[in-house]
Amino acid sequence: MDALVHSDLPAWLSAGLALLVLVVVLGLTHRLLGDYLTRVYTSESDWRVERGLYRLMGVDPRAEQSWPAYLRGVLAFSLVGVLLVYLLQRIQPWLPYSLGLPAPSEPLSFNTAVSFVTNTNWQSYSPEVTLGYTVQLAGLAVQNFVSAAVGIAVAIALVRGFAHRRTGTIGNFWVDLLRGCLRVLLPISVVGAIVLIAGGVIQNFSGFQTATTLVGGTQSIPGGPVASQEVIKMLGTNGGGFFNANSAHPFENPTGWTNLLEILLMLAIPVALPRVFGRMVGDLRQGYAVLAAMGVIFVASFGLMTWAELAGGGSATQAAGGAMEGKEQRFGIVGSTLFSTTSTATSTGAVNAMHDSFTPFGGLMALLNMMIGELAPGGVGSGLYGILVIAIIAVFIAGLLVGRTPEYLGKKIGAREIKLASLYILVTPALVLLGTALSFAIPAIRADVVSTSIWNPGIHGFSEVLYAFTSAANNNGSAFAGLTANTPWFTTALGVAMLLGRFVPIVLVLALAGSLAAQDRVPVTAGTLPTHRPQFVGLLIGVIVIVTALTYFPVLALGPLAEGLS
Amino acid sequence: MNTSTRTTARTLGVAVRAMVVFTLLLGVAYTAVVTGVGQLLMPAQANGSLVRAADGSLTGSTLIGQSFTTAKGEPLAQWFQSRPSAAGETGYDAGASSGSNLGPNSGDLEKAVRERRAQIAAFNRVDPAEVPVDAVTASGSGLDPDISPAYALLQVERVAAARDLPAATVRALVEKHIQGPDLGFLGQSTVDVLELNSALAKLTR
Repeated sequence: MDALVHSDLPAWLSAGLALLVLVVVLGLTHRLLGDYLTRVYTSESDWRVERGLYRLMGVDPRAEQSWPAYLRGVLAFSLVGVLLVYLLQRIQPWLPYSLGLPAPSEPLSFNTAVSFVTNTNWQSYSPEVTLGYTVQLAGLAVQNFVSAAVGIAVAIALVRGFAHRRTGTIGNFWVDLLRGCLRVLLPISVVGAIVLIAGGVIQNFSGFQTATTLVGGTQSIPGGPVASQEVIKMLGTNGGGFFNANSAHPFENPTGWTNLLEILLMLAIPVALPRVFGRMVGDLRQGYAVLAAMGVIFVASFGLMTWAELAGGGSATQAAGGAMEGKEQRFGIVGSTLFSTTSTATSTGAVNAMHDSFTPFGGLMALLNMMIGELAPGGVGSGLYGILVIAIIAVFIAGLLVGRTPEYLGKKIGAREIKLASLYILVTPALVLLGTALSFAIPAIRADVVSTSIWNPGIHGFSEVLYAFTSAANNNGSAFAGLTANTPWFTTALGVAMLLGRFVPIVLVLALAGSLAAQDRVPVTAGTLPTHRPQFVGLLIGVIVIVTALTYFPVLALGPLAEGLS
Repeated sequence: MNTSTRTTARTLGVAVRAMVVFTLLLGVAYTAVVTGVGQLLMPAQANGSLVRAADGSLTGSTLIGQSFTTAKGEPLAQWFQSRPSAAGETGYDAGASSGSNLGPNSGDLEKAVRERRAQIAAFNRVDPAEVPVDAVTASGSGLDPDISPAYALLQVERVAAARDLPAATVRALVEKHIQGPDLGFLGQSTVDVLELNSALAKLTR
């Protein structure tokens, strides 16, 4: 009996093995997918079907765009997306397959529309009792694809800024968007969805079916086109669940191996993009340096979160004998922490375990992953442009230290570039800290937040609010889900945080891309700081950690640190 | 001003047409293809791994946990019990998947855990220290179909006594239903409670 019960591997060994599988598979996809993506975004030839679609859309695929034109495309397309998803929700009762559900309220519809267009997928609602199949697939699933393609496009535009010389242009947004969807996301999704179905993820239009349970009770078994949405939810680092329990729901994530597959899907594109960067700037080593920084932070973060959950801090956790509250038996602690680390270190925000019930330091790691700006390896596209902006800051700091003119990849980092990069790293902390502070500083809002929204009173309740704004401003979408966020304050404030947290950085990144593209390349001299060596990787990690720690340490001390140390 | 308005209008026009194209392609066509392939090649999985009784009526899904309690929520001794659940008012409401979201220092959770431990120990006549962690904690989905082998084996004597079966027979059935982690290291060993209880019902007959 004992032999059977204790046949599971020691937790750290299974963590190591899972990590090893990730390294091997992602090492392979990094090469293959990275090279494929490079061809996709640099190729001059269009597929026949693409030419047809360009004609339908009214786009000249050979027209190169300046950064303002590229940005106009991003913003116009996103605006139309918000309006469409909002509209679809408001007319839900008249749509087919609405499952008899009413239209969500106006603030909630706004919040959800913004949430899916900004690649956040924060959900202030419980999906199975709020949204029918038409809104899910025509509204949300479509945004899962296109918001991901927009993210990749912006990252590629920034890379072109480094690669181009003395041009005013950074590519064509509509071409990048269509190719991203058609050549990258769609084929992987079709294959991935079918594999997920084989694992038990459902794909039907049955609605709810009533079952008579073994003991004679009744149970309503849900249906839905889940697999098709699940795969792009992961691949596009979106994270919005078909069901309230998200990837903890057995119909979204039925087994140990689907869990690993979903983790791989989240990481595939963010891990491949540094290779695209290396290829396009003509020096693969630059890509490896960026990837190394991402990898070191990811592994450290996973190790710390796993340590915290296995140690099992908290009085309730200790009474239970382990941190299994909010976790599924089939995943266990390690399967949950690997998923949670991946989900918060990318911009996915899917959960296969409830972060609100994590130990104080485990929850702290999820928060930190988002607070460093989700760049280890980050969301699709946003991870790469995020870490490249930090690299610019790192080059600048190194330049100040040794008195060299800061350059990165042969481009001078002047006053304009540093201004844009500095603004970039200020946006999300400002949104997070302001949103959290206002939630408690305005008396009427504070009363509502404390009485209606907060689920766990005291310090942990403060962490719930901090987590919500951190998640929204960084476009993650995970939550300390005890928080009731379907209130006028949170739907509006988090909606604004998601919008500004997505599009202000995009404006700055595209401006940066335009400014870099306009420059000529300065030749490498003895005085040039090499940006492909371990020394620079260390510097990059140092800047990431220091910038985060300085900004967020005080607020973390009020929340998870206080809870964990008390 | 005039040209910039025109440029903006033209960009918005492209955006609207693009959104229509993507909605048809990625919302409609893509979903249709995946649904078609799933229903054609793997209908059992695509439809929810459903379990049907001998008369064809729906009993549930092997992937979705169930309660084995009276309507009032009291555990029935003749069935293996699932984990605690926070889905819906009474637990295992598959239309309301949810975890408890109670924090690690929650007084309510600590109290609930202690009560569950005492109840399970008394119900199965074991030492409270023997009750495993999954038995006293609610899952993330509230629909966890599984329990740990330890919790299943702990219930053997009670179930066997309630059904008037030899404990060895019930134990052998449990051991047959222990599923190791995928590839030996992904996740933990599990026992699917609905599958186990369904097999148990057949055993009695």
